[in-house]
Amino acid sequence: MPAKNSVVLDARAVDRALKRMADEIIELHNGTEDLIVVGIQRRGVQLATRIVDAIREREKVDVPRGALDITLYRDDLQTVGPRPVVGPTDLPWNLEGKQVVIIDDVLYTGRTVRAALDELADFGRPARIALAVLVDRGGRELPIHADIVGKKIEVAPTDRVDVLVEELDGKDAVVVVPRDEGA
Amino acid sequence: MTRTLGKDLLGLEPLSTEQIRLILDTAEPFKEVSERQIKKVPALRGMMIANLFFEASTRTRISFEFAEKRLSADTVNVASTGSSVQKGETLVDTARNLEAMRINMVVIRHSASGAAHFLADRIQSNVINAGDGTHEHPTQGLLDLLTLRDHFRTLEGRRVCIVGDVLHSRVARSNIWGLTKMGVEVAVCGPRSLLPKDIGEFGVRVFKRIDEAIEWAEALNILRLQLERMQAGYIPSLREYNRVFGVTRERLDRADHPVLIMHPGPMNRGVEIDSDVADGEHSVILDQVTNGVAVRMAVLYLLAGGRPELADAAKGGSER
Repeated sequence: MPAKNSVVLDARAVDRALKRMADEIIELHNGTEDLIVVGIQRRGVQLATRIVDAIREREKVDVPRGALDITLYRDDLQTVGPRPVVGPTDLPWNLEGKQVVIIDDVLYTGRTVRAALDELADFGRPARIALAVLVDRGGRELPIHADIVGKKIEVAPTDRVDVLVEELDGKDAVVVVPRDEGA
Repeated sequence: MTRTLGKDLLGLEPLSTEQIRLILDTAEPFKEVSERQIKKVPALRGMMIANLFFEASTRTRISFEFAEKRLSADTVNVASTGSSVQKGETLVDTARNLEAMRINMVVIRHSASGAAHFLADRIQSNVINAGDGTHEHPTQGLLDLLTLRDHFRTLEGRRVCIVGDVLHSRVARSNIWGLTKMGVEVAVCGPRSLLPKDIGEFGVRVFKRIDEAIEWAEALNILRLQLERMQAGYIPSLREYNRVFGVTRERLDRADHPVLIMHPGPMNRGVEIDSDVADGEHSVILDQVTNGVAVRMAVLYLLAGGRPELADAAKGGSER
């Protein structure tokens, strides 16, 4: 267990991981037809934008980028209480028959993804939903796995994994924060 | 502790600026839910909500019901007619019986000022005041704030005048509390007989003439002349009222700036507001109605999760 914050991915490594994830998304779907990339609020949205940029660079196509806030689909309102502010959900397309890729920053218990799947179902019936995450830290509490993983890491359950993005945090990085230093 | 609202929403007077801002910010994403094809999220699944409307209401009751349903709560509606209230059951007994059936929240509209407080002190369920006598109508005050903020982007320093029957108006009271807490400059305008005697203590400006109010204000919140609460003698006649205090196109055209027009409804067209003003380009009266659902969803959502002791206990287990 690291004694202090340790950087597991720096800005260049984040960039490489996202570009590779973009390639894998194209490969998994045999191209970009009917593809919709949906970021989970908050940092999944910025990562989704980067992935859409990377797909454009390689394939010369603009893949639609949606945003999903799963706060209202969480199962812990009455135990954890309301989140400070619910973020916007932006899915202005019919998802019927689409190839949806959910983008999240960290995959941990799987509860966020469970909520995201429930919410997506209210927007239509995609042909397929895939999951791509920048970091898989293990510790699943539900039978959920990612199709595409930027970086798999092993950390203690007490550690926090923070994904920082330039747009919100001033820099790109993935940092492991030990509990006693954190929050 | 301002991250939560506590157990009840009884009025805007007891709320802090931060709490009001929290509700308005939370209402923002709920607007989008109403634009979806499936206008429903599961946030309040399993919650039982009783809507006790002991006084006539269409807009507010339907708005609360939509808000509850869009959050997946289960609801029952109780009106005074057709219920045991007609047999003389007291308010507390009605509510306790509902609690015995394991409801979680009560939305109450009542003709007696303080009815919501009275109930909140005596039952464990969350209580939301949907209008009590001439005291407060907090969700109306909140939706007015949200509509103003949508339009002006910021509230601080804006000038809003409340026009008409301030004396009988719980909407006016909730507006005055909410607006002043958010840093809005507030004025009232109406016949002396329809302004509270202690209006000076609210810290608001008073205009005797509607033309002065229009000249000063960036937005007018025009109140309904509450004909049912006026036994007699407040105003000479409705025509006279319209001539002196009615908001007309002519009067608005005389101002050198556009004035936003708001009205909590139901409108007496041709009395406090003329039709071409109500339906005019600066009217946001229907935006108020749309925002009402979002604001009520926010209040229900925040109260449902707003048990600080539970929140603290569960913090250790939160994912991120």
